[in-house]
Amino acid sequence: MISLAMTQVWVHDQDVAKDFYTTKLGWEVRQDAVIPELGGFRFLTVGPPAQPDIAVALLVVPPAPIFDEETGAQLKALVAKGQAGSLFLTTDDIQADCEALKARGVQFYEEPTEYPYGRDSGFHDPSGNSIRLAQVKPGFSSTREPVSA
Amino acid sequence: MAHPEPERHLLRARDLADTRYADQVDVGAMAAAAGLSRAHFSRAFAGAFGESPGAYLLTRRLERAAALLRNTDHSVAEICFEVGLASVGSFTTSFKRVYGQTPTEYRASHPTAATWAMVPSCLIQEYARRGNRTIREDGGAPTE
Repeated sequence: MISLAMTQVWVHDQDVAKDFYTTKLGWEVRQDAVIPELGGFRFLTVGPPAQPDIAVALLVVPPAPIFDEETGAQLKALVAKGQAGSLFLTTDDIQADCEALKARGVQFYEEPTEYPYGRDSGFHDPSGNSIRLAQVKPGFSSTREPVSA
Repeated sequence: MAHPEPERHLLRARDLADTRYADQVDVGAMAAAAGLSRAHFSRAFAGAFGESPGAYLLTRRLERAAALLRNTDHSVAEICFEVGLASVGSFTTSFKRVYGQTPTEYRASHPTAATWAMVPSCLIQEYARRGNRTIREDGGAPTE
């Protein structure tokens, strides 16, 4: 069986991202290591406390020559525009979590809104990555096969 | 710390459109959210996202209206005002141009297939938001 262990998002500043994902989102730091033999590369990962087997790496776009300058600039712009991907999170109490996040300064671009599958909301991390937060109704899940008409 | 990428400020303005489309938010408010002059903002926004901020705002409103037509029993007039548009006539004209059907025809032709597949709403919002090919018709500020 193949499991998901880690995924990764690009961030513009790892200290800012670390603060956001821990003090704002409530996740924990899993690894935060600077590796001298890799030119000072910092491997920073965070994850939800209730899911110790899953982590998200918060990495900065590497400088040239690892990524050429044009590619690096394009990637940074894509992240800043919110077009580099999303994290899809779920909760069992979207209203309480939304209010808690807003009390910590998180600005939602979509407040909790009713959809056929439950209530969904969205905000951006400081770098621009989209984070979706949904409370899914019983009977729905992201792994459910769509029912054909 | 200020974000080094200017696009992040433009995303903040787009977030305002996504959050406040139901209110009287306009391009001026979006420019203020980005911290840019209106003229500079409109150019920068179009350069980053491929459409003017006015077009983005209108098509976001129409996309939300389409969702309400599919998922609620609110009247066409109610939906027009719920998405922040002021004129039902302009709403119907804009909707038909962008979606190819009047709001009433659109509602009648759409089964509630989304009920059965958990496609996250953010993806529906992106894929359901049609392009706007001509000038806006909602009676608000001119297109920039």
